[in-house]
Amino acid sequence: MAQNTRTVPVGTPTEVTQNHTKGGVGESTLRPDGTLKVTGEFAYSSDMWHEDMLWGQILRSTVAHAEIVSIDTSEALSMDGVYAVLTHEDLPAAKNYGMEFQDTPVLAYGKVRHHGEPVALVAADHPETARRAAAKIKIEYKELPLITDEASALAPDAILVHENRDDHHSGHVPHPNIVHRQPIFRGNADEAAKKADVIVKGEYTFGMQDQAFLGPESGLAVPAEDGGVDLYVATQWLHSDLKQIAPCLGLPEEKVRMTMAGVGGAFGGREDISMQILASVLALRTGKPVKMVYNRYESFFGHVHRHPAKLYYEHGATKDGKLTHMKCKIVLDGGAYASSTASVVGNAASLSVGPYVIDDVEIEAVGLYTNNPPCGAMRGFGAVQACFAYEAQMDKLAARLDMDPVEFRQINAMEQGTIMPTGQPVDSPAPVAELLRRVKARPMPPERQWETAGEGPDVRALPGGLSNTSHGEGVVRGVGYAVGIKNVGFSEGFDDYSTAKIRMEVINGEPVATVHTAMAEVGQGGVTIHAQIARTELGVQQVTIHPADTQVGSAGSTSAGRQTYMTGGAIKNSCEIVREKVLEIGRRKFGSYHPAWATAELLLEGGKVVTDGGEALATIADVLEDQAVEVEEEWRHRPTQAFDLVTGQGNGHVQYAFAAHRAVVEVDTELGLVKVIELACAQDVGKAVNPLSVVGQIQGGTTQGLGVAVMEEIIVDPKTAKVKNPSFTDYLIPTILDTPTIPVDYLELADPNAPYGVRGIGEAPTLSSTPAVLAAIRNATGLELNKTPVRPEALTGTL
Amino acid sequence: MDFLRPASWEEALAAKAEHPTAVPIAGGTDIMVEINFDHRRPEYLLDLNRIELLREWEVGEENVRLGASVPYTQIMEQLRAELPGLALASHTVASPQIRNRGGVGGNLGTASPAGDAHPALLAAGAEVEVESVRGNRFIPIDEFYTGVKRNALQPDELIKTVHIKKADGPQQYSKVGTRNAMVIAVCAFGLALHPETRTVRTGIGSAAPTPIRAKEAEEFLNAALEEGGFWDNGKIITPSIAKQFADLCSAAANPIDDVRGTAKYRRHAVGIMARRQLGWTWEQYRGADRTLEGAA
Repeated sequence: MAQNTRTVPVGTPTEVTQNHTKGGVGESTLRPDGTLKVTGEFAYSSDMWHEDMLWGQILRSTVAHAEIVSIDTSEALSMDGVYAVLTHEDLPAAKNYGMEFQDTPVLAYGKVRHHGEPVALVAADHPETARRAAAKIKIEYKELPLITDEASALAPDAILVHENRDDHHSGHVPHPNIVHRQPIFRGNADEAAKKADVIVKGEYTFGMQDQAFLGPESGLAVPAEDGGVDLYVATQWLHSDLKQIAPCLGLPEEKVRMTMAGVGGAFGGREDISMQILASVLALRTGKPVKMVYNRYESFFGHVHRHPAKLYYEHGATKDGKLTHMKCKIVLDGGAYASSTASVVGNAASLSVGPYVIDDVEIEAVGLYTNNPPCGAMRGFGAVQACFAYEAQMDKLAARLDMDPVEFRQINAMEQGTIMPTGQPVDSPAPVAELLRRVKARPMPPERQWETAGEGPDVRALPGGLSNTSHGEGVVRGVGYAVGIKNVGFSEGFDDYSTAKIRMEVINGEPVATVHTAMAEVGQGGVTIHAQIARTELGVQQVTIHPADTQVGSAGSTSAGRQTYMTGGAIKNSCEIVREKVLEIGRRKFGSYHPAWATAELLLEGGKVVTDGGEALATIADVLEDQAVEVEEEWRHRPTQAFDLVTGQGNGHVQYAFAAHRAVVEVDTELGLVKVIELACAQDVGKAVNPLSVVGQIQGGTTQGLGVAVMEEIIVDPKTAKVKNPSFTDYLIPTILDTPTIPVDYLELADPNAPYGVRGIGEAPTLSSTPAVLAAIRNATGLELNKTPVRPEALTGTL
Repeated sequence: MDFLRPASWEEALAAKAEHPTAVPIAGGTDIMVEINFDHRRPEYLLDLNRIELLREWEVGEENVRLGASVPYTQIMEQLRAELPGLALASHTVASPQIRNRGGVGGNLGTASPAGDAHPALLAAGAEVEVESVRGNRFIPIDEFYTGVKRNALQPDELIKTVHIKKADGPQQYSKVGTRNAMVIAVCAFGLALHPETRTVRTGIGSAAPTPIRAKEAEEFLNAALEEGGFWDNGKIITPSIAKQFADLCSAAANPIDDVRGTAKYRRHAVGIMARRQLGWTWEQYRGADRTLEGAA
């Protein structure tokens, strides 16, 4: 096997072995990678090294939209230490790739469509040499008019971002600068509006958020003797990468062997290809291993962002607080390349109603092609933007009706059995009203926590924090609530599956299970729970987690809150088959010694075959001896349907997740600075496979939602479509002083369709966190605040 | 890029005389960012880390002689009583790791209007001691900042120490940023009461091409305090005086719109900080401090 002839580079992830006597499903076992990450010893993809390796460097466009008139690489090529300087002309095969549409050039040809698009590529023996050589490449651009928003995209004479589209949405979209449009109609909104006592309209703007993962894009491509390439990379979905990489290299998929390298966070930003194809092209071209590592600046151009959005909502309600109808239009800016924009459109449309019962709706969501930075997957995936808007609407309606905002939401809360606007029934628990009740019932955090006995104020507890801007002056407290709905897993008829290979054998007299999947461990704790599931299903103490690679079938993406459900489900399923095989061997060997082998329900527990009555029949070691049992099986969730392109009807989603937040903030109303004091969350998690990880996911998602509420935004200059703040100096993410207490209250209402009843948990807290913080700031200031993030200028009238 | 590593101050001055384009580096918290971002590629870096005297300080009768490389952490921990404004400013500098490396010399050398130390130095009153092979001279802080990221240094000069007036009254410092820690100033303000001379000094950061004092505001307040006998009677400053002082501080600012904030917001925030700091420092002066000073 080619796998055995590889030179394994330094820093390649090693096998993770867990050896606990306990640690099955439902226990808070500790992460095998936790200590390594905290102590800085974990090998991330940027830590890899190979003898004789070269460094790859991309030259990116300095303008957003232009024809490429000429590229002159001669000076760069003549530099000492430079091994290759490539443009699109040097690419070996397919020139475009993409997850849903193959619209993204490996290296730009003809024109560039956004600021920071890869145009040329250098390999050199030192990263600094590579950077200098890239700077010596001369590119002449002829700038083109910019498409930056809905108006410029759909203007009668609008230049097309992509000409000659032939993707699967090109036939039905009303304009070629629209990636995808999804309408949903149910009932009769105009008729229902007549029953409304109040009607509230709002226009909302959601800023462009970055995933801001801490480990920048990086990887190592090693050319192989068979003409293929071994690629070590930090990604969210090995097999999706593989499907896109192989055609661009002109290689069959089996000659592109991928292994997961240490991932430093993802949040959707690693779902698209970054340096994978480019490093492989350079490795194949030079015959040498090639490492590529983006720096922080380049990382801001190296992955897609969360779609900025404009949302227009109209809701009506009767005076007793019953929602009558909803109309909305959601415009998502997909930027220059499609990425997952079409799916984000489907999500935004189908979840635009929120976790509420509204029978009469008119919904339209569109995703645009523009010359802004490409946008795609990020935690919450279209549902985040919608939740920000519909929750603002709920507060406005409650205020107009003079009702308590929580009570108003509870009156209209969805429950099990509610029909979604798509016609799909919600067929597992939907405890929306209960989640709201729980966050509301929590005691309030004490007031004026900055006051100390005798000494001056503790500024860390005040807006402005260590910057010492207030000692209590101007500070007003506000409280806000929000609740959201997120789908789990891949929707709209996608054949979503995962694969698990389970091997059981006896080593040194002990039964050992090996779990081999292609699941991307991006920090969510998958490797931890995989071992837990194997222990529970196979009754072994020792579980080895094989490194993730493409030598096993696809696990699907680590996104959409799906991995515990999907790869967890695949592992459970494969383990069940392994168990049956082990029992079958046992029956053949020992069946004649005890009647229970034939008559009783048998389990594997504590390294033994036991009856459901608890009687041990044999050790697994004695059953297997030197025989190994190995099973690789694909596992699927129940099928979904596409949404009808005209009516939006269809059972498009697998499962829903619900979370509610209460935000308590203190706002310095004179300086417009915000301190979030507490962000309490209640969420239904179906089943907490690892309770510690559940709380961690909820707190992390909550914090990411807080970030976009008060500080996180990629600022794109509308005049040039250039990114103005591609650094952590000016793209701010919350520090620990910005992160409030986050009490978590989780319910475990099993979803009968899901393995162990689990519900995807990672995304829902990111939805409701943002609007809860906004609601609290509105409550403190009395301002309308229709844009996120809220900047001090918006709170002080100094825009 | 050549990396020069003088072993002594004399060698450093000689190296700077020989290579006037050499960029001095101590903590590197500014320079390394610029190099990493490829904003500049100096021909020579002049490493000052082997020069012990730059990391020393001395508390004298009138002044604190602060070595250019004394890290912010030490200012926070060791010089809180003598330099309260600068200690507060130091506290707002970036992260603990950066505060362990960076010193005031770097802020002065870069002379960015966003440098955290500048408003505190302007408010306290200071002189920058610079030296070259030609000799040394003292540049009053008011004359030190000459333009955006430009200072009064000659090409062959290095910053040796800063002589900062020891506090003779309460001092305050605030910085506005859109995050509660580790943030570059949207704008900053420092204020120092000088009961010995019965004057008030201010410093504004990130709200003009250079760090500046709000001189008209100071003159107005000095006159108003004198006229009302406030230094002696220790009465609460009337809201109208505080408001006019704040308005004049706002007016002194000459900010721009950029990615961190609007000019309008910066002007507004400078006024709020000025009013609050006047309140905080005056409260402190009216209390324990004034009796200690024996102002009556």
